[in-house]
Amino acid sequence: MKIVDLAVSSVRELNAALHEARGDPSRWRVLTPGGAHAVAVGLNAPVTVEIEGHVGYYCAGMNQLATVVVEGNCGTGVAENMMSGLVHVKGNASQSAGATAHGGLLIIDGDASARCGISMKGVDIVVKGSVGHMSAFMGQAGNLVVCGNAGDALGDSIYEARLFVRGEVASLGADCVKKEMLPKHLEWLAAVLEKSGANAKPEEFTRYGSARNLYNFKVDHASSY
Amino acid sequence: MNKPGLRESHLYDRNVIHEIQRAAEEGISDIRGWGAKRWMPHFDDLVFLGASMSRYPLEGYREKCATGVTLGTRFAKTPIEIKIPITIAGMSFGALSANAKEALGRGATAMGTSTTTGDGGMTPEERGHSEKLVYQYLPSRYGMNPDDLRKADAIEIVLGQGAKPGGGGMLLGQKISDRVAEMRTLPKGIDQRSACRHPDWTGPDDLAIKIEELREITDWEKPIYIKIGAARTYYDVKLAVKAGADVIVVDGMQGGTGATQDVFIEHVGIPTLAALRQAVEALQEMDMHRKVQLIVSGGIRSGADVAKALAMGADAVSIGTAALIALGCNSPKYQADYEKLGSSAGFFDDYQAGTDPAGISTQDPELAARLDPVAGGRKLANYLRVLTLETQTLARACGKSHVHNLEPEDLAALTIEAAAMAKIPLAGTNWIPGSASF
Repeated sequence: MKIVDLAVSSVRELNAALHEARGDPSRWRVLTPGGAHAVAVGLNAPVTVEIEGHVGYYCAGMNQLATVVVEGNCGTGVAENMMSGLVHVKGNASQSAGATAHGGLLIIDGDASARCGISMKGVDIVVKGSVGHMSAFMGQAGNLVVCGNAGDALGDSIYEARLFVRGEVASLGADCVKKEMLPKHLEWLAAVLEKSGANAKPEEFTRYGSARNLYNFKVDHASSY
Repeated sequence: MNKPGLRESHLYDRNVIHEIQRAAEEGISDIRGWGAKRWMPHFDDLVFLGASMSRYPLEGYREKCATGVTLGTRFAKTPIEIKIPITIAGMSFGALSANAKEALGRGATAMGTSTTTGDGGMTPEERGHSEKLVYQYLPSRYGMNPDDLRKADAIEIVLGQGAKPGGGGMLLGQKISDRVAEMRTLPKGIDQRSACRHPDWTGPDDLAIKIEELREITDWEKPIYIKIGAARTYYDVKLAVKAGADVIVVDGMQGGTGATQDVFIEHVGIPTLAALRQAVEALQEMDMHRKVQLIVSGGIRSGADVAKALAMGADAVSIGTAALIALGCNSPKYQADYEKLGSSAGFFDDYQAGTDPAGISTQDPELAARLDPVAGGRKLANYLRVLTLETQTLARACGKSHVHNLEPEDLAALTIEAAAMAKIPLAGTNWIPGSASF
């Protein structure tokens, strides 16, 4: 295991070393992150990076293949535009967690703030707590699983992303509706909940998605926006 | 019909009446491509003060007048070197056909300059045929991925566009082909809306952190541009510098679009002339002029426009609409087809419809096949060559051995409006409205 202490080394030195790593060594531990931004971004190798403490914005941004574990809270945009791999936040995440992410799995043990999964493009996100307002705004693809509650305007202007909420939804956004939970959804939920270590049963969730009424501009829909 | 005695209303002319009737019939705002069509002060309202007694000109075509520009010298490890001060603006695959994107890359590469992706990601065609490619980072993040980010020569964070500052993108269903849908992770055939604001940052302080992230991902190699639509340009440029931009792109309201509401195109933003002057002032006040490079776009058509923009303080210009015209957009060759669409060569602006007879703003395979990317690239290169020669001609006439040596002192304004916006004295006077006494 390689240990990098951000009280001694810079984020630049850490990221440069991680970009060079290409899987060897396969395990890294980052100490004293101190809320630094852009920690472990642009990784493109099957390495595991454990971060001991809180990080700032965009931790694990654009992640590919790597596993990044944050033993603390994350600022804005954790795992933004992730392509693959696993990002696990053991605390809470600020706004725009998993924004525009294309793939991989983002697990947040605590709560996520506003716009969780905004413009998501294929990522799977599991939030064991609650999410803030405008989560999954313009969600295009992927799955957002919320074990707690969801704030206002969930799934506003959503495309084909699937949303599963166990608790209450303050309100649904434009064109987002409650949908029938089919056996395939229950099966998928069971697998992802187990993988994430979430203590919840698939049957407790409600599925939401796009009504697909706003996919084409029609004058009769003007008041829906 | 203009019979004596028939008096057309200035307020309700035929175009206004037609639009009211169309709106009443269709119940939806007019969406079109192109840029602002209204008159506004522009570079045409400026002239050069050629050398005579007090200035010494250079010999046309013989004495050296250099045109090379380096972009991204502030922080990036690998700045972009372009041979001419003219770049190709961002236009998406989706709005344009793959052949058109390839042709733009070919033409730009032949002249040693850069081209730019658009809202929809990077295609292999344009990367393969663009020696220098700027990768746009847009609010939608369609097709955004770190592999393409690393392949790019520069990254352009798009905050806005001159045709629609404050507005997001639009690509109507008829242009969402299988390939476009796959690249954007969207269902085929929908009317796609691109977000108007970025999903994971708000304001300039956040943007500084976003730039830091992009630099970290790319190991500080790539120049980072910030593109803004011209509105509160003076303040936006200052904030962009503070956020850490290497290059700032200011797109005036004459800048083109693939699809936007007409009301947006014609009524939001400020002219290129005014925006350019504000941008230069902002950079000079921060002692960042020429340190953070400035690219201006929006209505650049000729070498005269290029030279005037450079004289006002731009490091380079960018062209979009003019580049498409060079490829064949609005060519009389397709007059019969334009007429079938209710338009005419010289008037066609329905880029949103996907029915472009010239095969440029379309995803229809048959129409797209009309544009030969090799021939199109050659035409664009020819056009860029002419723009460059014209720029050099004017620079030499002002005694400049590099086009960057052109300066505001070389210019005079023909109208009071242009004098006020550009802060260039009205010809024959030293009067700048709002700045100095007559």
